[in-house]
Amino acid sequence: MIPIKDLKGFLCPFLRVSFQQKLYLTLFFSALYLSSYGQEKKPNICAASCAMKCVEVCMDSTKIQRLSEVIVVAPKKKLTYQRQSKPLSSVDEYLEKAQQITMIKRGAYAWEPNVNNMATERLSVTIDGMRIFAACTDKMDPITSYVDVSNLSKVTVSSGQEGSEQGNCVGGAIDLELDKTGFKEDYLRVSIEDGFESNNEQKIVGADINFSDEKFYVDADIIYRDAENYSAGGGEEVLYSQFTKYNLSFNGGLLLNENSKLSATFIFDEARDVGYPALPMDVSLARGIIGSVAYEQVSLGPLTNWATKLYANSITHIMDDSQRPDVPIRMDMPGWSDTYGFYSQASLKKEKHQFLFKADGFYNRSLAEMTMYPNDPSQSPMFMLTWPDVRTLNTGIYVEDNIAFGKAKLKLATRLSYQNNFVADDFGLNSLQIFYPEMEASQNRFLSSVSLLYSKKVKSFDVSVGASYATRAPSVSEGFGFYLFNSSDNHDYIGNPELNNEQAIEFNGAVSYKSKKLKIGVSGNVFRMPNYIIGEVEQGLSTMTIGADGVKIYRNLNDATISNLYLNTEYKINKHLKWNGGISYHRGIDSDDRNLPFISPVAYGGALSYHKSTFTAGLEMQGATKQVNFNPIFGENQTDAYTVFGISMGKTFLISKNTFYVKAGVQNIFDTFYSTYADWNNIPRIGRNIHFTLSYKIG
Amino acid sequence: MKTIKHIFPILCLVLTLASCSTEDDDLFEENPVADLLLVKSMTANDHTIEIYSADNQFTIGYNELAVRIKDNTTDTYFDNPTIDWTPVMHMTSMMHSCPKSTITNSEFPNVAKGFIIFQMPGNDTEYWDLKFNYEINGVSYEAMDIIDVLPPADGMKRVSSFMATDGSRYVLAMVSPSNPDVMVNDFTAALYKMENMMTFTPVENYTITVDPRMPGMGNHSSPNNEDLTYNSATQMYDGKLSLTMTGYWKVNLMLYNESGDVLKGETVTDTNPESSLYFDFEF
Ligand SMILES: [Cu+2]
Ligand SMILES: [Cu+2]
Repeated sequence: MIPIKDLKGFLCPFLRVSFQQKLYLTLFFSALYLSSYGQEKKPNICAASCAMKCVEVCMDSTKIQRLSEVIVVAPKKKLTYQRQSKPLSSVDEYLEKAQQITMIKRGAYAWEPNVNNMATERLSVTIDGMRIFAACTDKMDPITSYVDVSNLSKVTVSSGQEGSEQGNCVGGAIDLELDKTGFKEDYLRVSIEDGFESNNEQKIVGADINFSDEKFYVDADIIYRDAENYSAGGGEEVLYSQFTKYNLSFNGGLLLNENSKLSATFIFDEARDVGYPALPMDVSLARGIIGSVAYEQVSLGPLTNWATKLYANSITHIMDDSQRPDVPIRMDMPGWSDTYGFYSQASLKKEKHQFLFKADGFYNRSLAEMTMYPNDPSQSPMFMLTWPDVRTLNTGIYVEDNIAFGKAKLKLATRLSYQNNFVADDFGLNSLQIFYPEMEASQNRFLSSVSLLYSKKVKSFDVSVGASYATRAPSVSEGFGFYLFNSSDNHDYIGNPELNNEQAIEFNGAVSYKSKKLKIGVSGNVFRMPNYIIGEVEQGLSTMTIGADGVKIYRNLNDATISNLYLNTEYKINKHLKWNGGISYHRGIDSDDRNLPFISPVAYGGALSYHKSTFTAGLEMQGATKQVNFNPIFGENQTDAYTVFGISMGKTFLISKNTFYVKAGVQNIFDTFYSTYADWNNIPRIGRNIHFTLSYKIG
Repeated sequence: MKTIKHIFPILCLVLTLASCSTEDDDLFEENPVADLLLVKSMTANDHTIEIYSADNQFTIGYNELAVRIKDNTTDTYFDNPTIDWTPVMHMTSMMHSCPKSTITNSEFPNVAKGFIIFQMPGNDTEYWDLKFNYEINGVSYEAMDIIDVLPPADGMKRVSSFMATDGSRYVLAMVSPSNPDVMVNDFTAALYKMENMMTFTPVENYTITVDPRMPGMGNHSSPNNEDLTYNSATQMYDGKLSLTMTGYWKVNLMLYNESGDVLKGETVTDTNPESSLYFDFEF
């Protein structure tokens, strides 16, 4: 065990803040948590444990690079952050850079991340390991929309069962890691950020304060964004694409002794007046309140890195159509999702084995309603529960063993969980019993996953092969949704409480070559998915939504297969100039050879980046080929090929001891009009957009 | 909240017990008409005939009624009287009756129950009266008074009186659900054939198809409804009515006789939004 103190650096000669004051501050944050579900954030891992963790993570990431992609966002607002072509871009734009992620867009805000061409239901998406569930029945608020770049240090994207550490998943996982200053001696930094984007007149203002000493730290940040409608390539305005949002976050930590620390996090995120040009409704309010407290201890008997976290979060989502001039009927659709959870994990090293044990659980409540106002004002409003107050209790254990054999490593992992779903609202239960007369309010499921991954270094090559099996329970919409309208295939969807668990049998492999100048990696995976869950047309049912083409009910298909192949390269042309490029192929079919929806065509991208002392510049290219495999049954039509280009430049100035940083760039230089396969109802993407970022750091 | 839920009834119980303990024990006896409203009382023969309904009025459509007869001299109710009732509407040009059940003793000896289906409301010049012929201890009595039969407060249609393609006149009334909900509701209707002005008989073994629609929402329907079929035990028609949301619903109906001929009603299609035979309600 490495003593914490050594890694923390030398002791500061005097303490600027008394222990008492720190205690008060910590109590203050705890109170915030208690008063409004604040979640306390898992404190930074103390320097010691962090260092240990890092060593492993880094080893992992070189060996199995393709499996865990790490997107660096803004760790302590350091240089990496400035190298981004658009430092104040949304979290979504950062995520989109990862090769394994594709983003389904319904507007300019709150895109839905897919990993391996699988969406939210098949992924585990967490913030610092916390489970959070969106409150929108129409997927307008992926949980990635409740954080911002101002409070993230990095995002870890895991493929397949590499993601099961955080929760049940079949396709992969995304964990958004909050940025924490950690314990540093006598550290105070204030930074102010300002951004502007020409296309949609987006104004971005952010500020953050980080204060820490050896035993205490506190971070606070705020970011505000306000955007008007954007224009597509060619100048056509995309109506209802405006948004306004702000995000506040605090986190703090207290070193209790050399072995342990306490920390807390709290995020308040609110978006208002968010337009969704691809959908028939907009959002007047999307609010997330997210809090956690965590206790960490370097060792516990033979165990190390013991970390325990309690968290709670509350999401409110209010859809409205009051801005739309002609709708067949006015409606309100609010939704709520509250989650309470915990996890506790520890590592154990024994000879060649490195174990990780984790126990976790959450309790979620999802409720959504729909009220329609008849055009005849004498008629009373029509009401239904679209999510019938579904309570989900999930508890599980996760065990992982990394076994080292010289230059090779074998990773074995398993997750076993028990899940109970309970429909708490009788009105909702009665509604679903119209379709399922035998349905009971409560149902139990047992979920399991196992995976193995063997990786080996052979000279300059890293090779890995893996296999896994996993199951997942239906999501709230899939299991219990009631007349949820999907505007892409123009059908109403009814949940099915009688669904079987979906399974996934996955095989993956990767080879990467690395020399001083060149890195090449090829990786691929195949998911064979018995009982794949998807909505199928049910003949003879009357649509609820005016103008819908029919009603679909979620069914288990016999089988579906999704495969992905990725190639990526990095070449250092010289000390200052670097090339990155990648291309990927994806395919998804079901057992009747039908194309699955939202599977990417061949996609490619490349970037040349230049970096010399305080100056950075970049040229980027991104594109996709014409979509060949698409399926009108799922509302898809063929998407054309496109290629777009971007350029950016940045410079850092030192003014006395402070840093002033300027960056400017152009996206979609040629103002190309295009949309991708992942743009809901083919809404076009943003046209030429000039962006500026100014950042000023004191201290 | 939960605790309050539990505490509240206990508190009520305690209060009730406390307040009652000084009063007369009779109040502990179940009041047979406790949940009902007195809609009419007639005085005749030194008796008062009290008529109760769940509604606060006689409404056109199906009325479930409770009747008890009080001896005004002793202020007590007679047990097990034999009662017969006849509602008659006096119209400007004619008189007619309406479908009704017999009136029989209930689980309480001094309360008799039955139903009347009024097919139209009274007005300034046309009115309903209700005549009772009853027998107590071997003595026959008669009482009669005018009653007010009103349209439902919500203006909705829960009864239909119509001439069918077979040349007969029928009365079809919705019996339940009286308080529809978002669920598969048990659906019951009563069908009577008008034999003559004063005689209505229950119709057996016809079929009534059920197609609920929401005209306010593109006239959508709902799944898993069941047609109304004859139940010989109740002499009424039972089926299922699925309602997928609250609001205004029009239940379109079609009446078929035993050999499958349509006697009344039309299929709802894109061009024909409603049947001429329907019930409607809002909740
Ligand atoms: Cu929404
Ligand atoms: Cu409706």
